[in-house]
Amino acid sequence: MVQAESKTLGRYEPVIGLEVHVQLATRSKLFCPCPAQFGAEPNLNTCPVCLGLPGSLPVLNQEALRMAVKAGLALNCRVAERFKFDRKNYFYPDLPKAYQISQFNKPVNGRGFLTVELKDGPKKIGITRAHLEEDAGKLLHEGVKDGSLVDYNRAGVPLLEIVSEPEIFTTEEAYQYLTTLKAILQYLEVSDCDMEKGSLRCDANISIRPRGEKKLGTKVEIKNMNSFRAVERALQFEIERQTGVLTEGGRLTQETRLWNESRGETFSMRSKEYAHDYRYFPEPDLVPFTLSRAEVEAIRRTLPELPNERIQRLVKDYGISEYDSARLVQEKAVAEYYEASVKEGVSAKLAANWILSELLGHLKEAGTAIQGSKVSAQSLAGLIRLIENNTISGKIAKDVLPEMLATGKSAEAVVKEKGLVQVTDVKLIETVVLKIIQANPKGVEDFRSGKKQAAGFLVGQVMKETQGKANPKLVNEILEKKLAK
Amino acid sequence: MLKESIRLAAREGAERIIESLTQRVREVDSRVNAYVQFDPKKIQRSQTKGPLAGVPVSVKDNICTRGWETTCASKILEGFIPPYDATVVEKLRQAGATIFGKCNMDEFAFGSSCETSAYGPTRNPWDLNRVPGGSSGGSAAAVAAGEAVAALGSDTGGSIRLPAAFCGVVGLKPTYGRVSRYGLVAFGSSFDQIGPITKTVEDSALLMNVIAGHDERDSTSADLPVPDYTKALGRGVKGLRIGLPREFFVKGLDPEIEKSVREAARIYQKMGAVIKEVNLPHTKYSVAVYYIVAVAEASSNLGRFDGVQYGFRAAHGNLRDLYFETRDQGFGEEAKRRILLGTFVLSAGYYEAYYLKGQKVRTLIREDYTKAFDEVDLLLTPVSPTPPFKLGEKLTDPLTMYLSDIFTISVNLAGVPAMALPSGFTKSGLPIGMQLIARPFQEETIFQAAHAYEQETKWFKQNPKL
Repeated sequence: MVQAESKTLGRYEPVIGLEVHVQLATRSKLFCPCPAQFGAEPNLNTCPVCLGLPGSLPVLNQEALRMAVKAGLALNCRVAERFKFDRKNYFYPDLPKAYQISQFNKPVNGRGFLTVELKDGPKKIGITRAHLEEDAGKLLHEGVKDGSLVDYNRAGVPLLEIVSEPEIFTTEEAYQYLTTLKAILQYLEVSDCDMEKGSLRCDANISIRPRGEKKLGTKVEIKNMNSFRAVERALQFEIERQTGVLTEGGRLTQETRLWNESRGETFSMRSKEYAHDYRYFPEPDLVPFTLSRAEVEAIRRTLPELPNERIQRLVKDYGISEYDSARLVQEKAVAEYYEASVKEGVSAKLAANWILSELLGHLKEAGTAIQGSKVSAQSLAGLIRLIENNTISGKIAKDVLPEMLATGKSAEAVVKEKGLVQVTDVKLIETVVLKIIQANPKGVEDFRSGKKQAAGFLVGQVMKETQGKANPKLVNEILEKKLAK
Repeated sequence: MLKESIRLAAREGAERIIESLTQRVREVDSRVNAYVQFDPKKIQRSQTKGPLAGVPVSVKDNICTRGWETTCASKILEGFIPPYDATVVEKLRQAGATIFGKCNMDEFAFGSSCETSAYGPTRNPWDLNRVPGGSSGGSAAAVAAGEAVAALGSDTGGSIRLPAAFCGVVGLKPTYGRVSRYGLVAFGSSFDQIGPITKTVEDSALLMNVIAGHDERDSTSADLPVPDYTKALGRGVKGLRIGLPREFFVKGLDPEIEKSVREAARIYQKMGAVIKEVNLPHTKYSVAVYYIVAVAEASSNLGRFDGVQYGFRAAHGNLRDLYFETRDQGFGEEAKRRILLGTFVLSAGYYEAYYLKGQKVRTLIREDYTKAFDEVDLLLTPVSPTPPFKLGEKLTDPLTMYLSDIFTISVNLAGVPAMALPSGFTKSGLPIGMQLIARPFQEETIFQAAHAYEQETKWFKQNPKL
């Protein structure tokens, strides 16, 4: 069955485009001075403008514009010299003016691209546009008997909508596109990209076509995915569903579908006939804007180091692999943490290993972000230093780290409390080695007769005797010396 | 009247002005119906500072006034009390003026006769069987009937100038961007301007001095210095080049009005101005373009009146009902007509043929004015093709009604400033108005010429008998 399925899948090729909305991390809203922060009392952060009261007028937030341009530049977009806003008209109670101020045909950022690192190398994915628009409010249904309540705190919060070209062909590419995009925006500090808080939202357009076909198939829009994994799963579900329909000789309909996370499937929300006619037209309350090249260049100069640049720099400066570097850089906070620990003077390679293979695993298990880790970068460097100066072995250190994470104590404190200090006293190790040699004549004989693996057994016995605290390197040396005699 | 009131208020406080005005409203407004909201208890009488200290000013009901209901003469905004003042109202208050009352209008400023108000029509003080013109009919009638010292109106296609002409008063539509629109309930956002309606040209200048200027809250307001408009008064018109656009003197123009405007040209010539004929070739498209572009904007602007947040809300079962019933019961006929028209011209498949084409023709009309102003400093035209018509006469025929604005609409399409001022009376004693149109931000030229003519003719000395 599985084989048969992948065969039909092989006949069709999915074509995916992603629309990502990110909330810009401005202090105030897009067209009024109200705070844009999340989590206030309902309807507290509102004024006549974001409530859409009659007679109120929008004024563009320059900070939002700068952030949008920053993002556009980082995404290699053509930043417009002239751009304008348009009204997108539709009725919904969370939309106080019955239109959203958005950008239709003259967005601030035009064509661009971003580069994703895939298993078989880098790939450029085109970006159609990245435009500014205002967010809507929120309907609250819970705990309301009759009708619904509306919270307009979010109404007017600036969004950047980043639309990709239909140049994504696998779910892996989609996932990488999203993580790369998120990393870039976080590096720019234009959004916290927190999907749980809704500051990053993603809709996907997907169609399938027979491999080799140039024309696009019937497009389906999927909404309501609340994590990158959910996007991946929803796309996978759609690929299989659409392939199934075509394989059985059916026809696909252009529609919008919602992802149901718990059931792991999409279901139809509305078909094309019910699609809105948004009646876009230029927003007459905002005159067209001009952006001089000098202004754009000034913004370009404020761009921080971007993820791709940082990956290369870490490889060059610290001698770590590109693979490790990419994993460290993906989240800005992790990269910061890494560089802070290396600054303490410990081995850059060890630090990378410890963060990637130990620390992040523990944190993920505990559901803690690296910013909330009880082990600071300095503290982790302390642990690595103990390994480097042979106070403890790497093996012991793996037990020390969870203790540090749980208690917030330094590596030294944990090692001291638990008596885990590595034995490097040559005399002491010699005594134990001699004791083991005496107690294991068979092992010694095996070794002397050329069975090299017998050495491992003897080393193990020494380590056991010292409760793992003996320095493994010294044990090896001393044992070899004694046996050679 | 504004000027006298300023003097009087400075000498003895505003109390007597407000009292006599209140008395006048009580006497005549049951017949004129110029006010939709008039409550002497709400009038602040304490202002003593500023150029308009203590002076009462009446405001059209589509201009937001904190603490005063602002309904746009529509049922759908019933009970809506804005939590903020429009910028112009704020400026009036800062100048010491007090808000006297809210003036009647066509619902949402949709109309040329002031008959589409949910609060009943306003009547022309010169003949109560006739309309005062619209949409700022309440503001113009209040000033003409002596029920207001001065008033603010708004003009999207002629809504200040037509009622000013019909009521024999002075109405100025400033350059688009000259006066802040913040707090003006939007009709056609790229056309709307607030302006003064006054008894005299000088009063108009005094009010403009207060309300004009850049506003950070209105991105379409111009960041240009505001001159003292009263300085333009008394300059005379010697050497001023005044153009008569051929396209405005056509068949259908009432002969008495044509005669009155041509006579005005003769007077100007006598005073030293140079009169010449000019062309505005795309004038004939202006009504058509206006009823595409302005209604498109209106249909979007009026979307927010949905019963969710404020104003009227119909009984409803579900969300769809809430929208349908609220808007069906809340809007009058003309509002519905324009919302439908505007929705249609913006809809997929029609946008290019109507809205986009309309915008292109709008550009041509604007260029007509630019070219005309290469030759002349000012244009002199009629305001309306007919004198004030009878109530109900055109109400059932929207197309005829729309043509009332044929001489005023192109001014809004071009964004230029224009004033309507009295130029005489018909044989039957109805007011006639003429229109002066200037280059963008050249309101001073209008004041200069209007004042010279007014001082020569003194039509403002005549008052309606009520």
